[in-house]
Amino acid sequence: MAVINKVVKDAREGCEGVQDGMTLMLGGFGLCGIPENCISELVRLNVQDVTCISNNAGVDDFGLGLLLKKKQVKKMISSYVGENDEFERQMLSGELEVDLIPQGSLAERCRAGGVGIPAFFTPAGYGTEVQGNKEVREFDGKPHILESALTADFALVKAWKGDTAGNLIYKATARNFNPLMAMAGKITVAEVEELVPAGELDPNEIHTPGIFVQRIFQGVNYEKRIEQRTVRES
Amino acid sequence: MLDKHGIAKRIAQELQDRWYVNLGIGIPTMVANYIPDHIDVEFQSENGILGMGRFPTEDEVDPDLINAGKQTITARPGAVYFDSAASFGMIRGRHVQLTVLGAMEVAQNGNIANWKIPGKMVKGMGGAMDLVASAQNIIVAMMHTNKAGKSKLLRECTLPLTGVNCVTKIVTNMATLEIKDEKFHLLERAPGVTVEEIKAATEGDLVVPAEVPEMKI
Repeated sequence: MAVINKVVKDAREGCEGVQDGMTLMLGGFGLCGIPENCISELVRLNVQDVTCISNNAGVDDFGLGLLLKKKQVKKMISSYVGENDEFERQMLSGELEVDLIPQGSLAERCRAGGVGIPAFFTPAGYGTEVQGNKEVREFDGKPHILESALTADFALVKAWKGDTAGNLIYKATARNFNPLMAMAGKITVAEVEELVPAGELDPNEIHTPGIFVQRIFQGVNYEKRIEQRTVRES
Repeated sequence: MLDKHGIAKRIAQELQDRWYVNLGIGIPTMVANYIPDHIDVEFQSENGILGMGRFPTEDEVDPDLINAGKQTITARPGAVYFDSAASFGMIRGRHVQLTVLGAMEVAQNGNIANWKIPGKMVKGMGGAMDLVASAQNIIVAMMHTNKAGKSKLLRECTLPLTGVNCVTKIVTNMATLEIKDEKFHLLERAPGVTVEEIKAATEGDLVVPAEVPEMKI
C-alpha cells in the first residue's frame, strides 16, 4: 500500500475546475504567504465574478490586485483592504461588493468552516455596524454576536515545505490564514517552495495534516514582494 | 506639549513586568522603543508572532517575517509563530494583558471609533474590533485634537464605532486621562500644558481634581 499521492504538476493543473462565480479562499496577510502561482493562474484562466475570501486585497499590481485590475472579482470578503487604489475605486463606485469582517472573526469563520462548527459567538463587532441583524446573546453578562462559518469551492494556500501526501509546514508569519483556509476548501490546493517525498518531513513538525489538502505542487518564481520594507542601521 | 514620541514614552511607563502586549500601527508601534530596562515584556503582532523583535538590518530582511503593519521585523529568542485563529484566540481569550491603539474619536463612555470615515476612508477594521472587544486593558494613543483643531475626546462618537464601552485610558499630546463612570478624568498634564488648555480641547465631560500633576517623561 502506497501513500495517497496529492501531487499535481503545476498551478494550471492545481486550479483545474475553477469556474466563473465560484467562491475562493486565498491565504496570506498582506503580500506575505500569498499563493503567487495560483493567483497568476486565476488571471490566466480569466475566471469571472468570483468571490474572494482573503484577509487583504493585494496591491495595485501584485497579489489579488491583479484579479481586481482585470475586474474578475465580484465580491471581496476581507478585514483590511488599504494599499489598493483600484480596489477603493471599484468599491466606492459600487462595481465591487465588499464585506469587511473583523480579522479575528474572519480567521475563526474559516477555521469553523473547516472543522464542522456552523457558527459561534464572539464579542468582536458588538455595537458596531458589523453587528447588523446578527443574533446577540449575553454570556457572563457580556454581549456577543453570532458569526457563521465560511467555506469555499477552492482554497488556495501557500506553504514553505510540503510532501507528496499534502502535509504542510509554513515559515514564520507567512502562516497566517493559510492553515485555516486549507481546512475550509472543498478542494484545497497547496503550492509550496519545496516539495519532498512523503516521509521526509518530521510528523512532529507538520502544521497542516495532508487530509485537508487535495492537490499540492512545487511553486516556481516566487517574488515575495515586501510591502513595508523597514530596516534599522546595522 | 508632547510629540508622538513623547506619547509613546509616557505609555511605555504603563507596561508591567511579564506582560504580553499588542501594539497597533502608528504611535503605538513606537512604544516598543521606550521599554524600561528592568521589565520583561513580549510583543504580540496579530498576524501571528509572539516575541517580535527590532526591525531587521538590510541583511536580516525576510519577506516571510512581518508585523501586522506589514513592516519587516525580526524575532527575539523564544519567539513563536502561529496562525491567525490562534492569534486572535490569545486576544479574545485575554492572554494578552495590554492593547495600545490609535483612535480618531473616543467617547466618555469608552466607545472608540478608529476604522472608517464614511465616503472617504473605507479600508476595513483589520484586527481592531477583536482587540477592543476583548482586551482587559486598552490604552488609546492619539493627538488630543484632529487636524481641524476639533476635540477627539467627545460626549459621543460621530464616526462608525470600532467598539463600545472598552477604552479605559488615553494618553494624548496634552494629557493622561482615565474613563470612569462615563466621564473623562484628568490624571496628568503634559509638560507645559495648562488645565485650562486641556479643558478647552476636551468636548466631553471632564473631571478635574484639585491637583493635576505634570507627567514625568
